[in-house]
Amino acid sequence: MKRAPQGAVIEVRDLNVSFASAAGTVKVVEGVSFHINKGECLAIVGESGSGKSVSALATIGLLVKEQATVTGSVKFRGDELLGKPESYMRKVRGGGISMIFQEPLSALNPVLTIGEQIAEGIVAHGRGDWKAAHLKAVEYLESVEIAQAARRAKQYPHELSGGMRQRAMIAMALAGDPELIIADEPTTALDVTIQAQVLELLRRATRERGTALLLITHDLGVVAETADRVAVMYAGQIIEEGPAAAVIRAPASPYALDLVASIPSYERRGKGLSTIEGMVPSPANFPSGCRFHPRCRFAVAACSAAVPPLEPRGASRSVRCFRVDEIAKGARPTAKRKGGSK
Amino acid sequence: MGPLGLIILVAIFLFVIIGSIVLPFDFYHVPQPDEINFVGRGPAWGRPFGETGLLQLDVLTLVVNGGKTSLAIGFFTAIGSITLGTLIGVVAGTLGGKVDSALMRLADIFLMIPTIFVILVLARILQGAHGGGIWTLIFVFVVFGWMGLARLVRGQVLAIREMEFVEAARALGVRPLRIAVRHILPNAIGPVVVSAPFIVGGAIISEAFISYLGFGVDGATPTWGNVLSESAKFLQQGNWWWIGFPGLFIVLTSLSINMIGDALRSALDPRGAK
Repeated sequence: MKRAPQGAVIEVRDLNVSFASAAGTVKVVEGVSFHINKGECLAIVGESGSGKSVSALATIGLLVKEQATVTGSVKFRGDELLGKPESYMRKVRGGGISMIFQEPLSALNPVLTIGEQIAEGIVAHGRGDWKAAHLKAVEYLESVEIAQAARRAKQYPHELSGGMRQRAMIAMALAGDPELIIADEPTTALDVTIQAQVLELLRRATRERGTALLLITHDLGVVAETADRVAVMYAGQIIEEGPAAAVIRAPASPYALDLVASIPSYERRGKGLSTIEGMVPSPANFPSGCRFHPRCRFAVAACSAAVPPLEPRGASRSVRCFRVDEIAKGARPTAKRKGGSK
Repeated sequence: MGPLGLIILVAIFLFVIIGSIVLPFDFYHVPQPDEINFVGRGPAWGRPFGETGLLQLDVLTLVVNGGKTSLAIGFFTAIGSITLGTLIGVVAGTLGGKVDSALMRLADIFLMIPTIFVILVLARILQGAHGGGIWTLIFVFVVFGWMGLARLVRGQVLAIREMEFVEAARALGVRPLRIAVRHILPNAIGPVVVSAPFIVGGAIISEAFISYLGFGVDGATPTWGNVLSESAKFLQQGNWWWIGFPGLFIVLTSLSINMIGDALRSALDPRGAK
């Protein structure tokens, strides 16, 4: 990818992840590259199984070494992370890069108090002894707008509401004073009314501290509200990348087009919801050529012959599609879709 | 049933502890043999549990002092097996790989050996060398009693290790040792708590059984099993109190312990509760 500026907090280049399975090695993530600047938010969107979570876990080396082979380059503050020993990664994790998980109830230890779990990260990175860390934990809980923070810090995860638990997770992530936070579907487990609050809180907290945010989601609504830039992933590859507003307003690749079209909107009320036919292929048998071509409305013969490269388009965007120019000029779909909108 | 079991167990404990203070047992203090009462005397005022045949010892004294030893064997065996089993289980489950395989195969080997036979032989050998205290017996019980717990804990650790909060702790940069001790162990401890009472009960019964066969703690220290062992010789003379009271205490103790264990199990596993 072009123009990864100097001073990007994280720069991932040509990341490949493959898993050893009974049926041989399966390449789950292929050639993924992205970078995030200080205080910026990059969203990775994609359907389930598109490799977005695996990319994130590979970035902080949380994939089990015996199972996953990771190649490429992950540069954090200009420092190559891939191949670094576990002891080094432990310092990076929580201290340099922290992670927020999807389901706060299962990501919090049920037998430890909230305060202790936040303090743990502070102590692990030598930012205070336990006593000081417990006091800091209360401050962090206050900073994520939890009322009666001192009392909450002494409570166990099951005593908190879902929204509060996710705020506590954010406090845990912030407690290590990281430069990058990876949020893996942070609002999926939450009530819709709480989602917006939590996202807003996360975005504000990272912006104030100048923390880079990697947001993994399947929800384009979340992207539109939160992200500065977006990378659309499909079947282990980035298929389109660019400023969030521009990509959502005018998607260039057929996949992003369909994805954006599938968002229910007021303008299209009364009509059936638009869907993308078929399923994300399993990594064990990705189709030849462009991985989206079996489901693509614009597919031609060339699409199944070769994998289109991710090419820059304009100043800030890149797209992986052979027919991107024709589609932009208004090419008609080659295949009639069976369901969805007509 | 749990509270009732606890009440019975506490009562037995108090009875045994207070009793053994009030009525200490002195191996070298033997009442002057009385030919007429050589076959033993039944319960009466002044000797509520009766008197043994042969040496004419007070059965109550034997029961409370034997109980002290038997309960000690039960509890120290439980403490030892739980510590060893949990340690091995956590190490195997956390480290995985070769260490795990080696430890679990070791557990398999220990499980394959006919325990009672080895306990009999080993107890005799160790007793010979160390003069037969209760500690040799506890040692043998612990060495042959950790496997079940180790497997249980390992299974728990393997399941908990994959849980998201462990990954979250790793993502926070928490050290593996702390993850094992602070995150995994407390979540794995449930089955250990449940099995603890059964280990105590099992050890008390095993002691009785081995002492009955004459391979347990030596005769100078009364245990419930020792007393039973002696009493059998005089059963034909109608000495029911001699075998009856220690037997009753063994039954009551293991019954109350099982009640507590069952109550703990249903408390910790609501799905299994009726």
